[in-house]
Amino acid sequence: MRLYVHHLTEYRFSEPQARLVQLLRLTPESFIGQNVVDWRIDVDCNARLRSGRDGYGNETTMLYVDGPIDRISITVNGSVLTENKAGMVQGATETLPPLLYMQSTRLTTADEAIIDFARGIEAEGNDALDRMHLLMGALHERLTFDPGRRDATRTAIETFSESHGVCQDFAHVFVAAARAIGIPARYVSGHFYRDDGAALQEAAHAWAEAHIPDYGWIAFDASHDHCPDDRYIRVAIGLDYRDAAPLSGSRIGGGVEELDVGVRVGLSQSQTQG
Amino acid sequence: MLSRTAASLYWLGRYVERAEFTARLIEATLRLDSLSPRPAGAGAWASALSVAGGEEGFAATGDALTAPNVARYLTLSRENPSSIRSCLDMARMNAKSVRTALSREAWEAINRAWLGLRDRSTTGGSQSTLSLAEAIKAEARGFEGALHRMLRNESNWFIRLGMAIERGDNTARLTDVKYHLLLPEGEKIGGPIDRDQWTTILHTVSAVTAYRWLYREGLKPWLVAELLIKRSELPRSMAASADETVNLLNLLGKRTGLQGEADRLARRRQSAISAVTTDRIFAQGLHEYLTEFVSENVRLDQAIAKQFRF
Amino acid sequence: MAGRRAFDEVWGSDNDRAGRPEFAELAQWITETPATELDRRQKAAEAAFRQLGITFAVYGEEEAAERIIPFDIVPRIFTGREWAKLSEGLVQRVEAINAFLADVYGERRILADGVLPAELILGNPQFRAMLSGTRPPHGIYAHICGIDLVRTGPDEFWVLEDNARTPSGVSYMLENREAMLRLCPELFEKFPVRPVDGYPDALHETLRSVTPRTSSDPVCVILTPGHYNSAFYEHSFLADQIGIELVEAADLEVDDDIVWMKTIDGRVRVDVIYRRIDDDYIDPLVFKPDSLLGVPGLIAAYMAGNVTLVNAPGTGIADDKAIYSYMPEIVKYYSGGEAKLPNVETYRCREPQALKYVLDNLEQLVVKLVDGSGGYGMLVGPTATKQQIEDFRAALIAEPYRYIAQPTLALSTVPTLTEAGVAPRHVDFRPFVLSGANGVTIIPGGLTRVALKEGSLVVNSSQGGGTKDSLILADGPGGGRL
Repeated sequence: MRLYVHHLTEYRFSEPQARLVQLLRLTPESFIGQNVVDWRIDVDCNARLRSGRDGYGNETTMLYVDGPIDRISITVNGSVLTENKAGMVQGATETLPPLLYMQSTRLTTADEAIIDFARGIEAEGNDALDRMHLLMGALHERLTFDPGRRDATRTAIETFSESHGVCQDFAHVFVAAARAIGIPARYVSGHFYRDDGAALQEAAHAWAEAHIPDYGWIAFDASHDHCPDDRYIRVAIGLDYRDAAPLSGSRIGGGVEELDVGVRVGLSQSQTQG
Repeated sequence: MLSRTAASLYWLGRYVERAEFTARLIEATLRLDSLSPRPAGAGAWASALSVAGGEEGFAATGDALTAPNVARYLTLSRENPSSIRSCLDMARMNAKSVRTALSREAWEAINRAWLGLRDRSTTGGSQSTLSLAEAIKAEARGFEGALHRMLRNESNWFIRLGMAIERGDNTARLTDVKYHLLLPEGEKIGGPIDRDQWTTILHTVSAVTAYRWLYREGLKPWLVAELLIKRSELPRSMAASADETVNLLNLLGKRTGLQGEADRLARRRQSAISAVTTDRIFAQGLHEYLTEFVSENVRLDQAIAKQFRF
Repeated sequence: MAGRRAFDEVWGSDNDRAGRPEFAELAQWITETPATELDRRQKAAEAAFRQLGITFAVYGEEEAAERIIPFDIVPRIFTGREWAKLSEGLVQRVEAINAFLADVYGERRILADGVLPAELILGNPQFRAMLSGTRPPHGIYAHICGIDLVRTGPDEFWVLEDNARTPSGVSYMLENREAMLRLCPELFEKFPVRPVDGYPDALHETLRSVTPRTSSDPVCVILTPGHYNSAFYEHSFLADQIGIELVEAADLEVDDDIVWMKTIDGRVRVDVIYRRIDDDYIDPLVFKPDSLLGVPGLIAAYMAGNVTLVNAPGTGIADDKAIYSYMPEIVKYYSGGEAKLPNVETYRCREPQALKYVLDNLEQLVVKLVDGSGGYGMLVGPTATKQQIEDFRAALIAEPYRYIAQPTLALSTVPTLTEAGVAPRHVDFRPFVLSGANGVTIIPGGLTRVALKEGSLVVNSSQGGGTKDSLILADGPGGGRL
């Protein structure tokens, strides 16, 4: 498919800010099944952008803005050619051994309940691949999706005990449970083309990848109960949300901020015409 | 010099000055209270609150407007960000973070004043309140003395700049007190209570003798106002504060090689004060004039913060 | 080992008050100086420390709670020969630590070669994956290391712990010496003591040497969490001694991946930051998001190679408890030779043979949780109850990989002024090792911590520990002999 992404992030501040420093992870890379045709980040005020690459291999962009500013919007426009690889991630930058993704973080720590749950799945499944599919299905069934809530700092333990969450939360629980039974797993942020017609989404998407012997990294989206296919654009990876978040920000100034995110993922015109 | 160091020194100056002013204000109010027949006495405390900008804060405590309550609020209250205790807390905190930029003597004056209040929970009777105010004034004098013996460098200038800005603000508020301070019913302007009130104001800024030196006639409200606003011979006058602000900014400008909005605002204010006549001030309204001076002072403070990147 | 008298560095194992041969003169000084005179001098030193404000703050309390760490007037002496041996070992160890850090954040050869289990590094939260692939300017990670040593006999020194993050205590080394020079000048006439006052210059030289920009005079600063921090005195002391700015996070800003310091004359570019803030709090964009102590963008500036952080972020992986037991292998791997300073013997319970030994000897061992801290989850065999031992036995069998065990060491003692006169007390020693672009520097000295309670092995200042001056002798009388 040829997908286009329009990702708008808008901050409004109740008081003008003296400075703004943001770490952006908004740029996907090309690998097998994901070919970035063009990609642009635009900021609607005087700003300095510096790109780099972090330890996970993600492309990062530092954004520096001098104040006073009371609002800023960051727009991403891009188009990507995708193919359905049934979740298999091949040819992507791998800077670290899979074993790294056994490291537990605050957001992905498993408690007794998650460990028990994961062990149940371990007993039920035949092999690692089977178990990850079972885990995806079981989480999809067990957790209720609540689109209204956006609190990226919820831990896997909280989500699991409260039995509901958004896509980030699903990904965190998946990662925690997979690691609990010895399977390296990581958090992925990216975009998802919804063919159910909901073109405007209020956030970027998130899912997980697990490292399966003989296969390598395979993606699992527990909030939709399927392995990411050609409707997905993979942008950044990490141990958890904190490592892969599209934006991590810091502002210098008082007051409160209001954040608005809009994501539109659709089929490119060229696709339907061509 | 780090901007934060400069900011700490500046605020150190402001808080020490504010603590001293509040001590003087309490002293004067006690005096006014004892001189006046009730209910003018209670009025004196209400006006002290308004001079110190603490009316709303005090109302929020729910305490009755009595002399001991207001005295406590102005001296020891932790809820009042401008109480003497809060000022000394802030002064000491700022001093501590720039310890190495201060002389030992200057630090000790602040630390002593802070220690003196630390374990106090009540102001006691008016006699004990008076001695408290006296002690704070003495430490503030000690601090100023130490400042004069410190190296004449940026550290010194930033502290004195803070003091000059705060002093201008305080004197303007004090002069404005007559606007808030109603005369008891039946009292006439120029009557004994009116005179007491003006005398008290002069006392607060140690200007009773200065007034006699400069004006051979008896106490006239417009002359008191002129003294407090325009006479730069009086160290606590608004004109003196404006002069000192300009001079200190000059010294800093020579040192850093930079001049900016703060310098322009300070010079404009200095020439405006020397140009305006007392007649004009009264024609325009004394209260309005003073209110404008206080807002201008706020703008100047902001310009200073911006210029030196506080 | 229990019950045997510990080795005393001056009086020997036999408690001979005439002193071991090299220490006879010191033993004589101790005998001849009346305890009341020692006490007077000690009080004078402590009064001076209080006046200088060499205090450590007790969190959440006010001025009254600012305490000084007790100072002991009887110095500890190392002969020139002892020091030469120690410094060789320290240089080797610290070079290995830096090589190890460069490797685990670079090619990871040591993991590929199977010298230590990969999950021990990769699965460790102290390994900062984010920084993998970033090489700091000049390739040095741990510029300032404090290596904690203990001693059990005349020639038996052991490394108890490596401190490769932000080791503190060097101000005590300098201030204790100042006090001793003033109060016990006769000792410095008797002994050829090597000076420690070159430390600030050596530190400054180390900082300057690792600047990312060689084209201009480097601007170095010390970054402190602020005056509420318990080590603030040390931060301001070092800044003063070196003559560089002591900055807080709010004084710095990152723009265009470059770090600037805000001054009244405008922005000044900063090249080297000696930071006394932990990794977690250093940049809210990358680590703890709500940290007010950090500088947003600092890690980006570091990763872009525009600023040197001293020590580099991520050095915690080198002094982690789980890694410690592998230090002999690590030193050997990078230096090509055996470690000159041995580790305290450590049994890794993840290894079946070690586990068996530990289970058979629980009464004599100290058992520690690998990921525990502050004495939590620790068994001290010789003083434990039967029940505690059985509980640990069960825990060890269930999850052996979570534990290590060590023998209970008989730490050496040094004569110390106590209420009952001069008596032996247990000590440890932390020398400070500087690694710059021009090599490793060790100032001949360090921090001796002493457990002031009789028989106690706990030297921490929070639990009644004190400090002593540590005199390193130059070759010559009392030094080069033997």
